[in-house]
Amino acid sequence: MEHHSILRVISKLLIPPIILYALYVQWHGDYGPGGGFQAGVVFAVAFILYSLVYGVDALTKIVPPRLLHAFAGIGVLIYAGTGIVTMLLGDAFLGYNALAHDPVHAQEWGIIIVEFGVGVTVASVMMTIFIAFASHNPPLKDQDW
Amino acid sequence: MSPGLVGIAIIDILLFTFLVVTAIAILRLRNLFGVVMLAGVFSLLSAALFVTLDAVDVAFTEAAVGAGISTVLMLGTIALTFREEKKPSHSALLPILVCAVAGAALIYGTRDMPAFGAPDTPVQTHVAPDYIARTPVETGVPNIVTAVLASYRGYDTLGETAVIFTAAIAVLLLLGASGKRRESKDSEGKE
Repeated sequence: MEHHSILRVISKLLIPPIILYALYVQWHGDYGPGGGFQAGVVFAVAFILYSLVYGVDALTKIVPPRLLHAFAGIGVLIYAGTGIVTMLLGDAFLGYNALAHDPVHAQEWGIIIVEFGVGVTVASVMMTIFIAFASHNPPLKDQDW
Repeated sequence: MSPGLVGIAIIDILLFTFLVVTAIAILRLRNLFGVVMLAGVFSLLSAALFVTLDAVDVAFTEAAVGAGISTVLMLGTIALTFREEKKPSHSALLPILVCAVAGAALIYGTRDMPAFGAPDTPVQTHVAPDYIARTPVETGVPNIVTAVLASYRGYDTLGETAVIFTAAIAVLLLLGASGKRRESKDSEGKE
């Protein structure tokens, strides 16, 4: 894709707002539509767009697959770990009320933490799956489509 | 009917018409690149339908996953496999019969469903008011969907997260973690 200067410039313009929007959806999920799942997908899309324009090798230089594999597990562990912590604090598994002195605050904390876990897992998994598919293909020439 | 409801009905009819047209086009096309693109269009139209139902969280997911990521992954898949669908070797009569019977059964089933937007269904009289009353008091989270997903139904969402994690493991087991091209070059030293 060396000669696609329009695609290269537009994608570079688009990627920062996409990442910013993903972070907004992640942390604003309590107030508006969205949450960890949607934020993770949007976050992964920014990197996948980069990879579509610049190639998979450029993407794996920024985010090594081994790192993504680790984060896919870390997200689930953040979620499940929150449940273990609430159990240790004397509440039920994923019963957030024990996380703070005030149950309403505790609920908000619990929701933000588990949504962060979901976001981390979804973003890593989407990028992992894309890299797994794309790194099997030889780079396509334009006339192939 | 109020003018607002008429407007929504017109939008619904338009969107459903486009959905059916897209579905028929997907059935007729043999070029899989076109099929993938139309599947993305189908997802986006479904997302618009969810918006007319005020289910913005679902619409957001459908647009991001169905129209966005799935399209890219499908393109990756057809780049790995074939660009053209093979001509079927047997007649389409039996599949059409199965679809017709299943479709008729589903339409028969909708006769037992409550009318669209009926206020006296079990969901509207029991579950929804309970969540609407409890969420602001117990969690203070304005988006009730988020509160239900992450707090009241936290177990289910943990299960969904685990499912997504499992999907990554399955893909990595099937396709290999580093890809064929890399294996031949430099993976021996690193892995």
